[in-house]
Amino acid sequence: MAENGSGYVREVAHRVFAAELKESNLQTKEGQDEQFPKQFLLTPTGAKCNRVFIVGTLTETENIGNETDFWRGRIVDPTGAFYVTAGQYQQEAAQVLAKTAPPEFIAVVGKPTVFTTKEGNVLASIKAESMHVVDAATRDRWVVETANLTAKRIAKLNGNEPDAVKAREHYSTDVEQYKAMVSMAVESMRGQ
Amino acid sequence: MNEITKQIEARFLELGVKVETSEIDTKLDQLINKFKVPPEEARRNVVNYFLKKHNIPKSDFFTARETAQVKASDIKEDGKWITLRCKVVQLWDANHESLSQAGLLGDESGTIAFKKWSKANLPQVEEGKSYLFKNVVTSLWQERFSVSLNKTSEIIPIAENIEVGTTITEFSGAIVDVQSGSGLIKRCPECNRALIKGACGEHGKVEGKYDLRIKAVLDDGEKVQDILMNREITEAFTGITLDKAKEMATEALDQGVVLDVMKNMLVGRYYVVAGKKLDRFILVDSIKPDVKPIEEDITRILAATSMPFAVEA
Repeated sequence: MAENGSGYVREVAHRVFAAELKESNLQTKEGQDEQFPKQFLLTPTGAKCNRVFIVGTLTETENIGNETDFWRGRIVDPTGAFYVTAGQYQQEAAQVLAKTAPPEFIAVVGKPTVFTTKEGNVLASIKAESMHVVDAATRDRWVVETANLTAKRIAKLNGNEPDAVKAREHYSTDVEQYKAMVSMAVESMRGQ
Repeated sequence: MNEITKQIEARFLELGVKVETSEIDTKLDQLINKFKVPPEEARRNVVNYFLKKHNIPKSDFFTARETAQVKASDIKEDGKWITLRCKVVQLWDANHESLSQAGLLGDESGTIAFKKWSKANLPQVEEGKSYLFKNVVTSLWQERFSVSLNKTSEIIPIAENIEVGTTITEFSGAIVDVQSGSGLIKRCPECNRALIKGACGEHGKVEGKYDLRIKAVLDDGEKVQDILMNREITEAFTGITLDKAKEMATEALDQGVVLDVMKNMLVGRYYVVAGKKLDRFILVDSIKPDVKPIEEDITRILAATSMPFAVEA
């Protein structure tokens, strides 16, 4: 674990496909710091994410802020789409969304959050910490890596690790459905 | 309690003094059971009592022991007394009056941080020289081990030049952050520390000298790894030389542009790095884009996840 003198431990950036993040709605707060606990989003295959790393195709950008800029981007992977947001506290990422003309391959490091729409739907989105335009090879590598890590989580889903148990109980995760998602994502790479 | 009695008795025997077992037992029992003194405190009390009674100087009692010689990388326990055969790899600023020296020791197996207390009254060690460090004690702080040299420790210079072993660590993953303090920085001319807002933590406002470095975080989705690139590696890898970086900064009237450019080059991409591990960092010797073919992975993942209907699709 990375750690510096203040006892701060940097959280791993998990790799999660859009189709899985979309289904995620179990948020937990943890950490010794009562005022600023760390926020985690548990996904159906048991990834407990405080941070995620995604690479996909930026297809739409929109400034949805009223008085201050608040940018939202739609990023597509082989399984679906992520919504990524960047406001006044994520200036660098907001700049990238403001000046990048879709379509473009893009890599995002960010914090997953859950919000409820006016219609009452619960949606997961990613608050960007940083965002950078990348090449096709990086995107391909991400798809394979994410497939690999997701398959690993699926394999552990019937085990006793607390995150796996919690995910199973909360989502009643359909293992076959997620296996199909993984193979579909990887299959899509072969046609290229 | 019996255990403590045995230990005390054995230790006094080594010094040629026979202490009555029953006497130790009675004293310990009274302190621990009647007066609720913690066992360690009781041991200390009883030991001191007999030292006084038999007129043994405290230093004799506490130093005579020979501690086992271990390798630097084998230090895995807190509060253990050991002997090390090491070269002084690096001396750091002993930034507190109670410290006389601090730095890094190394042997064939690896390195370990050390601190030497002023109160210990030990001779100064020199960088690059090898010594036998007898009776040093290990300590664990924030998941890292170090050794401290105290009053009872001994430093014996040895003629041999110990080769410090370096284990090369490799890590591959995506760079998810390039941290502040990267790019074009200024260092203190006295202690080489990076300046923050033109001031050194130790020497205050100084005329810094320019340097180039990258502190970044690699992440493979399961672990994070901090990496550190010095000027040489940074220049070769980014193609931005120190002179070029200064030019960029002058043109933009902002040192930060170099960091921005480097972030754009690195963040979100996959790399393989190799280098020595120091603390939580890998000191990068080589860094390359990760171009390992992905076809094999694709076949393997498909084999592991495919179901009949997925194969037909």
